[in-house]
Amino acid sequence: MTSIANNEKIPNNVDLASDKRLQRALEEWQPRFIDWWKEMGPEGFQEDNIYLRTAVSVEPDGWAHFDYVKMPDYRWGIFLTEPVKDRTIGFGDHFGKPVWQQIPGEYRNALRRLIVTQGDTEPASVEQQRLLGQTCPSLYDLRNLFQVNVEEGRHLWAMVYLLHTYFGRDGREEADALLERRSGTDDKPRILGAFNEPCEDWLSFFMFTYFTDRDGKYQLLALSESSFDPLSRTTRFMLTEEAHHMFVGETGILRVLDRTCELMKKDPNEDARAQGAIDLHTIQRYINRWFSVSLDLFGGEVSSNAASFFAGGLKGRAKEERYEDHIALEATMNIPVMKDGRLVDDHVPLRNAMNEVLRGEYIEDSQRGLDKWNRLIKEKGVDFELKLPSSRFNRQGGLYAGLHFDPSGRLIDRAEWEARKHEWLPTESDKVFIKSLMTHPIYEPGKMANWIAAPKHGIKGRPVEFEYVRRSG
Amino acid sequence: MAENNAPQPPVRFETHPSQYKHWKLSFDGPIARLAMDVQEDQGLKPGYPLKLNSYDLGVDIELSDAIQRVRFEHPEVTCVVVSSAKDRVFCSGANIYMLGMSSHAFKVNFCKFTNETRLGIEEVSRESGVRFLCAINGPCAGGGYELALACDEIYLSDDGSSAVSLPEVPLLAVLPGTGGLTRLVDKRKVRRDLADVFCTLAEGIRGPRAQQYNLVDKVAPRSKFKDVVESRAKELAGSSSRNTKWQGLALAPLGAKYRDDGADYEHVSLTVDASARVAKIVVRAPKTATPDNASAIRELGNKLWALECFRELDDALLNLRFNYETVGLIVLETEGDPAMVLSSDAALDKNRDDGFVHEVLLYQRRVLKRLDLGARSLFTFVREGSCFVGTLFELSLASDRTYMRDDPDAESPPYVQLSAMNRGSFPMSNGLSRMQNRFLYDPEKAQKLSESPERFDPSAAVKAGLVTVAPDAIDWDDEVRLAIEERASLSPDALTGMEASLRFAGPETMETKIFARLSAWQNWIFTRPNATGPRGALTMYGRPERPEFDMRRT
Repeated sequence: MTSIANNEKIPNNVDLASDKRLQRALEEWQPRFIDWWKEMGPEGFQEDNIYLRTAVSVEPDGWAHFDYVKMPDYRWGIFLTEPVKDRTIGFGDHFGKPVWQQIPGEYRNALRRLIVTQGDTEPASVEQQRLLGQTCPSLYDLRNLFQVNVEEGRHLWAMVYLLHTYFGRDGREEADALLERRSGTDDKPRILGAFNEPCEDWLSFFMFTYFTDRDGKYQLLALSESSFDPLSRTTRFMLTEEAHHMFVGETGILRVLDRTCELMKKDPNEDARAQGAIDLHTIQRYINRWFSVSLDLFGGEVSSNAASFFAGGLKGRAKEERYEDHIALEATMNIPVMKDGRLVDDHVPLRNAMNEVLRGEYIEDSQRGLDKWNRLIKEKGVDFELKLPSSRFNRQGGLYAGLHFDPSGRLIDRAEWEARKHEWLPTESDKVFIKSLMTHPIYEPGKMANWIAAPKHGIKGRPVEFEYVRRSG
Repeated sequence: MAENNAPQPPVRFETHPSQYKHWKLSFDGPIARLAMDVQEDQGLKPGYPLKLNSYDLGVDIELSDAIQRVRFEHPEVTCVVVSSAKDRVFCSGANIYMLGMSSHAFKVNFCKFTNETRLGIEEVSRESGVRFLCAINGPCAGGGYELALACDEIYLSDDGSSAVSLPEVPLLAVLPGTGGLTRLVDKRKVRRDLADVFCTLAEGIRGPRAQQYNLVDKVAPRSKFKDVVESRAKELAGSSSRNTKWQGLALAPLGAKYRDDGADYEHVSLTVDASARVAKIVVRAPKTATPDNASAIRELGNKLWALECFRELDDALLNLRFNYETVGLIVLETEGDPAMVLSSDAALDKNRDDGFVHEVLLYQRRVLKRLDLGARSLFTFVREGSCFVGTLFELSLASDRTYMRDDPDAESPPYVQLSAMNRGSFPMSNGLSRMQNRFLYDPEKAQKLSESPERFDPSAAVKAGLVTVAPDAIDWDDEVRLAIEERASLSPDALTGMEASLRFAGPETMETKIFARLSAWQNWIFTRPNATGPRGALTMYGRPERPEFDMRRT
């Protein structure tokens, strides 16, 4: 495979120069992307020099090159993981046959839908986070925010590359539409609900990168199993970048908890808020909200789409090779469904339950961060345990939408929900309080906002006090 | 999806806005709003939740009732806005699991009824000037888009997710069952190649491209959608030609007395002989003359024979269709004083300009069409005491055969007679009056006979071609018995196809195409293994396996 051609307008390792038609199409799309970035990307920082990681090659040492760059000059490019020789289809009805380098007509629409849905989340998150820089708790965090943002932008490029290359005119129109939708707007909302939710404070940002980007990780894992090899290779490369986003979320929340516990200990009543920190109950409510919103992204518990995606070999399970049965036609999964006012296990054909399989792995993965956070809380001598709510809690889609469950998953009536939801989900006053902590940005190198602890290490061996963002003017 | 063979309670067709489960009908001056809000757990039969505003017969019965109420109870309404009361979906079409569980006969009758309802929407627009505006606020698939197609104008919210689609072919390997394909090219005149692209795209088409293809009339951003729809509704309401100068009539309950073997109404009786697979419908003439001035007619209201009798006949026909699937032959008879029927005809003819009379005539027209389209053999028996004149002679004209008893010794021998009502008041689906359709070989004769005030006795009626045969009193019983028994012995499928082919002579209209294609293509595909065989797409829908097709083209 080619090494990266980095001197071109669009850095890539797909030999773009040899495909003039595609190159032209992408070069036409590029200025529109830049316009979108300037309009909808981080507001007020486009002229600043940011210490960012850029992929310059897909080799292990090449995908993490660090230097100062202005965001609009960031070298968004097209990188696919090197092909696996003689790769065969790993699941579904075409199991064992060679993977596809071109899209079979039968699956054109379904694959396009999968790619568009995935692609739509990338610019959406940039839009959701565009104002956060103005209340950053440190230059270190500001830089991390921008790193996440530019990489989401690159993920958009990855999906647009597939749309332009394999889907003809429809693909180009969809690529344009990805720049036309706007998160949270009435007229052109983003496709998925969680990507229209405002992410207006830093606690939400950390929750988003921990919980919502983790959905992205699992979607990418499932797509990286795809029989459509270019999609598989693209998403495998994206996964290396996604890991950093979750690191930002996990350590971000850890640092918030660190500071909260520290200030609680200083307060005669262990009152975190009195000390200008975020209290643990509020953090739990934010977890409840962002976790449940992110669970909806996996789709319905019982889904004919999921079954046909699996049957066709379009979207597998995360790390499909760990499973024994790749056909999954005989097996069933027990899923609690409502019958006559109570939950009863239903035996759902496994293929129809693939969303739930993926969601299950996601939940397990999410718990790991909570374990770390809880260890820290314990070490700090605070008696409190953060918990993931039940997967039935606060769901807007799937089997449990329209019903009410408490965080333990117990079915409750509407009256109880209305009376108690303020215990479980962020209230208006929580949001007002959080905002009151984050009224202005901290631009002084090494300094942290009061509500968050400093990170243990800087980036790429640089000290925490490093000037990660050089403000212009 | 196994067929549900458990005994089901009979389907009933009378409802009232106060009893609607699935629609919200509200009125705001000249604008009526009809918002679909299907209750998942309120399906007509158990076993299929009506998710995402998908519908079954129960939902459509309410829709049909709602349109009837707009016609009769709300003459002030000149525009109906059809929309969804749900947040994220307009309508996802007929419920697939319901179709999967239903018998073939039920599916066909279901489609027929929904077609009649949609054609009724187009009729009330064309004939009464009530304009329909469909406001699509969310995904709109299959039968949902077919409902939209029946409206005068379609507005689509351009929000990135609202789309129109006919996913039947790519998703289920069947055809849209409510005229969707025909209306695309016939009514909206979508270019055939674009229609081809559209009909194979399961996810459908959104926004400006939907407008570019002429799948919708206008797209508007979500923030402006409500206002745009509102202002267009006002324009449509203002441009209506509807006669609004009459007092609406609250349609009263029919008070039918249902039996296991039929039903009794004020003017109609239905009796089913299940073992012989024959149903008899007797329609009785009004007992008194009908006043010939509009205000007196309106005062009669629900008791106006022309309305009450045809509401009853309509209910009897639907009852037969859905609750007596094996009845193959309907025998039509009438009783009463022919002069009273003619008096009703004359009164209505004289007051055609009256808004209420206008609606009564349109209703009679629809009921007679329902008779034409029933997929049952129709025999009319004319004998002493019958009153096949004017409007009621249309029953005979709708029949596959008419037997007239020729008994010179009878005290008052039967006769048939035409009235103004036989001259085009009740066109068939093909646009012809039943007289024109009958005498296609001699249009002048049709015209002349229609204008003749003559009473045709049996031999004159045979000679004029108004009846099929006139057995004499000696032969009558045998002839009639043999005719019924012979009919009962023939294949019901072949008869349905034969009768439909013979009944509708002359020109094709969008309406005849819709029904013919439903009966021919759609129903054929429905019964083929590629759709409903053990590995067919409809069978496999929602299951983990993918369908398998027999790839031979037929």
